[in-house]
Amino acid sequence: MRLEPREHSSIFLNLGAPVFAVLAGLAVCSIMVWLAGAPAGKALVLIFRGALGSKFAISETLTRTTPLIFCGLAAAVAFRAKLWNIGAEGQLYMGAVAATLVGTGLVDFPGYLLIPLVFAAGALAGGILLLGPALLKTKLKVDEVVTTLLLNFIVLLFVNWLVFGPWKDPMALGWPQARPILDAAILGKLIPRTRLHSGLLISLAIAVIVWAFMRFTRWGLETRAVGANVRAARFSGIPVNRTIVRTALISGGLAGMAGVCELTGVRDYLTLDLSPGFGYTGIVVAMLAGLHPLGVILASFFISVIYIGADSMTRQLGITRYIADVNTAVCLLTMLTTMLLTRYRIRLK
Amino acid sequence: MELLTILMASGFWIAVLRIATPLIFGTIGELISERSGVLNLGIEGIMTMGSMIGWLYVYQGGNIWMGILAAAGSGALFGLLHAILTVHLGLSQHVTGIGITMLACSLSYFIFRMVLPQVTTPPKIKAMAAWAIPGLSSIPVIGKIFFTASPLTYLAIVISAVLIFLLLKTPLGLAVRMVGENPKGAEAQGINVLAVRTGAVMVGSALMAVGGAFLTLSAFDAFYIDMTNGRGWICIALVVFSSWRPGKALLGAILFAVFDALQMRVQQQTGTFIPYQVYLMLPYILSITALIIMSRKAAYPSALLVPYRRGER
Repeated sequence: MRLEPREHSSIFLNLGAPVFAVLAGLAVCSIMVWLAGAPAGKALVLIFRGALGSKFAISETLTRTTPLIFCGLAAAVAFRAKLWNIGAEGQLYMGAVAATLVGTGLVDFPGYLLIPLVFAAGALAGGILLLGPALLKTKLKVDEVVTTLLLNFIVLLFVNWLVFGPWKDPMALGWPQARPILDAAILGKLIPRTRLHSGLLISLAIAVIVWAFMRFTRWGLETRAVGANVRAARFSGIPVNRTIVRTALISGGLAGMAGVCELTGVRDYLTLDLSPGFGYTGIVVAMLAGLHPLGVILASFFISVIYIGADSMTRQLGITRYIADVNTAVCLLTMLTTMLLTRYRIRLK
Repeated sequence: MELLTILMASGFWIAVLRIATPLIFGTIGELISERSGVLNLGIEGIMTMGSMIGWLYVYQGGNIWMGILAAAGSGALFGLLHAILTVHLGLSQHVTGIGITMLACSLSYFIFRMVLPQVTTPPKIKAMAAWAIPGLSSIPVIGKIFFTASPLTYLAIVISAVLIFLLLKTPLGLAVRMVGENPKGAEAQGINVLAVRTGAVMVGSALMAVGGAFLTLSAFDAFYIDMTNGRGWICIALVVFSSWRPGKALLGAILFAVFDALQMRVQQQTGTFIPYQVYLMLPYILSITALIIMSRKAAYPSALLVPYRRGER
């Protein structure tokens, strides 16, 4: 077996790759449901009905889409520069910590000032958290995968200390959670009596901004050039290290905003279960999107359908909800493979 | 001197060996894989899978050693998947590894929950008993510490010694190191680069899974969600810390365990003065520090992360 580069990569192949990955994920999912002794066809129907079958279901799916867009963008931007930021989970929590710091009474601004301030603080905190690994990568050639991964554990323990210790809300009946953020900082609901909040619109706007940034600005071009070929980028005079550090700040900032969004849109207070692994799922989202910022929107929505749908399906069929995690992992690995096949063809010889 | 009292206590060294054992398996496994040129970030998931499969096998009434073999088999399978994707197809080792970890973790939890749906307290098995080596274990003090450990701890040390010998002193080991340094040259010598890398990744992954199985079959007696808890990532840091030298990796894992056991003892003695989360952070902080210290000396395999395609420049 050998791989042979294709001369042309057709648009059909490029668009077909994520579709195939999604189908493969669902197929593996169905097999596992069948192995677990439940009707696989019914499970698929229940997934889509659970995620899209009613106004409430759709609102839940879109609520879950929001943080995934931010985390997907964080991974997409970083991976474009071949900066392997696996620390979005930690950056998300640091964003939420900064938002709690600013938004629970440090300043008493009206909403139109407080909300941007809280988002800026969260983005800054997320960016700064990734700054360390980025500097270690550029200055000392320390692999950023390991440092960002390890930082996730450190940040979660830090949040653990905050919500069990100094930030513990005395009014929370002993639950480990920080004080709720001010009403002025809470994002408005898009549909009354659901959890869907205006953070979705913010995430969509940010996705468009990131796309325009990557597509039309010099900094965006530099980011893509560094990722495409570091040596060529260096020879053409692009400040490689500065580009990596800048990309890290943007990527970490995007992940930080995911934390702010969950905090000000869904939870109102900092807890240890703010994110069920959005940071890691963002990697899958970014790969499914082919690292395209606008594709991230679609991919986030799809992954969200799987998670919300699987929640409802597993409750009804008595299967564990870890099936959704299996599905996303299969999607990731299949997408990687199909993306390769858009550039190479396999010759069996 | 309180430090001396801690270091003199036999309980301390028993804890060191218990902490070190999974790290030794994981670090040596990762090292073999990386010396052949393949970074295996699937380690965290493979350890989780090993701990679950080993536990499940014994829980279903199987023999404990067969459970370890089953765990190794599951590790080798995931290693094969990683090798197909990164070695044969040449996909990004970073993203594939993360994908393998996601897949192996979620599959472990899925299988665990499907076998045992409605339990709140994880059911226990009869864990592996410590094995006193006849004769040696009756030596005062030292015997109790070093010759009355879990059989898997002895296995970790014996396997590491054998693999270090194989890697550094035999033609097979030379082939592994060669495909990690200069795959083109290896090919010219008639070595099948893809096959050697596949083998190295599979053997390494099997070792990682046995390290995971140690957690459920010896250190604890049950399987928990999130029980690997970053040990895999720590192993990756230890490989860098050792500059990809197997002997140093073995020492590094033990040194790491000494620090970890030490911080637990210090934590018990200082009481609540320093929040306990700080102590829980220490292993991760220590790993990052180790990476920074060794970064200047890092002599990583030249072909690490570089996929090899025959006939491609």
